Amino acid sequence: MTILGLPSELWFEAVMFGILLGCFYAAVSIGLSVSFGLLDVPNVAHPAVMIVGSYCTWALWDRGLDPIVAGVLLMPLFFVVGVLLYRFYHASFEKRGTEAGVRGLAFFFGVAFIIEVGLILIFGVDQRSVQAEYIGSSLELGEYRFPYRMLVAFGVALVLTFALTLYLSKTFTGRAIKAVAQDEAALRLMGANPVRIKQWAFGIATGVSALAGAMLIIVGPVEPAMDRVYIGRTFCVVVLAGLGSMTGTLAAGLILGIAESIVLMHPDLGASWAPAVAFSLLLIVLSVRPQGLFGR
Amino acid sequence: MKQSRRNALKAGAAIAAASALPRFAIAQAGTVKIGMSMPQTGALGAGGQAALLALRMWVDEVNVRGGLLGKRVEFIVYDDQTNPANTPGIYTKLLDVDKVDLLIAPYGTVPTAPIMPLVKERKKLLMGNFSFQVNAKVQHDMWFNNSPWNDASSWSDGFFRAGQKAGAKSVAILAADNDFAQNLANGARTLAKKAGIKSVYDQNYPPTTTDFSSLIRAIRAAKPEMVFVMSYPNDSVAIVRAVNEIGLGPQVQIFGGGMVGLQFTPIMASLGSLLNGVMNYNSYVPGIKYPGIEDFLKRYSARAKEAKVDPLGFYLPPFNYAIGQMLEQAVNGANSIEDAKIAAYLRKSEMRTIVGPIKFGKDGEWAQARVVQAQFRGIADKDVEQFRQIGKQVVVYPDAYKTGDVITPYDKARKAK
Repeated sequence: MTILGLPSELWFEAVMFGILLGCFYAAVSIGLSVSFGLLDVPNVAHPAVMIVGSYCTWALWDRGLDPIVAGVLLMPLFFVVGVLLYRFYHASFEKRGTEAGVRGLAFFFGVAFIIEVGLILIFGVDQRSVQAEYIGSSLELGEYRFPYRMLVAFGVALVLTFALTLYLSKTFTGRAIKAVAQDEAALRLMGANPVRIKQWAFGIATGVSALAGAMLIIVGPVEPAMDRVYIGRTFCVVVLAGLGSMTGTLAAGLILGIAESIVLMHPDLGASWAPAVAFSLLLIVLSVRPQGLFGR
Repeated sequence: MKQSRRNALKAGAAIAAASALPRFAIAQAGTVKIGMSMPQTGALGAGGQAALLALRMWVDEVNVRGGLLGKRVEFIVYDDQTNPANTPGIYTKLLDVDKVDLLIAPYGTVPTAPIMPLVKERKKLLMGNFSFQVNAKVQHDMWFNNSPWNDASSWSDGFFRAGQKAGAKSVAILAADNDFAQNLANGARTLAKKAGIKSVYDQNYPPTTTDFSSLIRAIRAAKPEMVFVMSYPNDSVAIVRAVNEIGLGPQVQIFGGGMVGLQFTPIMASLGSLLNGVMNYNSYVPGIKYPGIEDFLKRYSARAKEAKVDPLGFYLPPFNYAIGQMLEQAVNGANSIEDAKIAAYLRKSEMRTIVGPIKFGKDGEWAQARVVQAQFRGIADKDVEQFRQIGKQVVVYPDAYKTGDVITPYDKARKAK
């Protein structure tokens, strides 16, 4: 029996693979959701920073560390890098006026380019990947098989979304980050320093990129120019979510993942249409809700 | 002691003087400029850099030998980033700004296809570099492609023969949505039709696909007996992983065919045991005897370590070095660097190279295809050196280079030692 052209026994797996893939998309986009969604920083270097996270994970894995542990250990270091990067961006662009956005975009493109070239000089152009017990094997539930590496991405995405949502709503600094996104002047009147809050938030976004980079190299091989593949996809997830919404980022990732998975598995739709279907969904949602799914 | 030091100094001075002489003579006679773009970054960057190293080795050696017709070879290379949009501009620059004498094509089908109309219009000779079917429609008469395949079905011929021998009557075809894979898929479809093999799954996947679990599950549901895949390096890794995770079903006899990347050492090393049982195309694997190739690979390995590129270099480097060897023979044979004269020489002569003798057909492809189909066996994790051993990639096709029989079904081959 087929439902909408797809054999009924494949529907469950198409949706399940889509959920796993969607969570992976959410995991790689959630840092951008903070930096671009909440802080209005046009951080197009986000995927490039993530690739640095992947390479650092590879370097630690090569010295005997598990990739997930490596990703977690890298987070504080990336947090510091993020803080410094924001301070430089603020001093050079944001402080100087309203055209900062456009100039900042060029700055972050430059950062992405420098990162790409730097990675080539240090690691060469070879693809890098890691090995672990959970890569290349799957969880078998009767007839169904689910790759462990995608289950890892699923778990990390849920933990990150939950942790960031809690942090942004329950802590003073978290609420201040949300406030700086809404009204910077009001926050200043309340006695808080918006620049400090922003650099802290940017540090969090960059720290999260380290773990996202570890997820990236667990899911598949990476190479220095791979950030280009993820620029469109991560921005798509963040805009679809509604800028700055963590649960929205998860929901948007799931929508893209499930749509892509169904198209890839469907015998009549043509797998090569998968990206077109995902981006068409973005256009449809934005035409109905210009503020995104969870935007206000 | 004093005597031996003096002798050593004399010998050193003699060597220095001898090596300086031809260089001085060459400098007087001008240069021959050879230009190309090479994917040094992007999807084909890893293979491109290894290939480029081999070409640089040839340039260094030919200059020590006195250059081409007594002129020093100047080698001009740009990075096309594996982006086909970049290559027409680069080759226009090579011709109009750098004013190169001879052209070599970039590695791969996708970056080469867009420059074919340009070189035909400019009546330039172009040495092809592992392209597939880029001249089929353009019909440039000065195209000489150095790759072990020729017509559309030559690549997949060995794969389908092995499948049929194992009794397979159906095939699943999965191809990347780009020029190379589509050309290859067309050849595979033609072969399948001719052999009466039923196609139960035929899909193209987008180049940005992150995870292949859904596609592999759809293939498993179609229950094919052969799975023929045409993919680029990153996709090949992801597909092999997904196949190990999701499974293809016990009825599958052979899996692989046209997966680019499974020949690159870093990828082979990172996939390790997941490669076992995969039967895939190749250009050279240890055990194949070509005159001079082992000596070349020793010299290559020493330089590859320094250059941080593919340390074994079985796949592309020998063939790129052979491009240089063919240019050298043709320029010397024609006693000219004019494109038409070199082309005439290449058309009529058999070239002697480290990848065996090469004769070109009318279409500029090898007259006799020599695509190797080899099956990975007994591969362990995290061991680069194992790939130097004969038997880790068993050649099952063509018969002239065969080192063993294909093990079927695929599930059994995965466990074979």
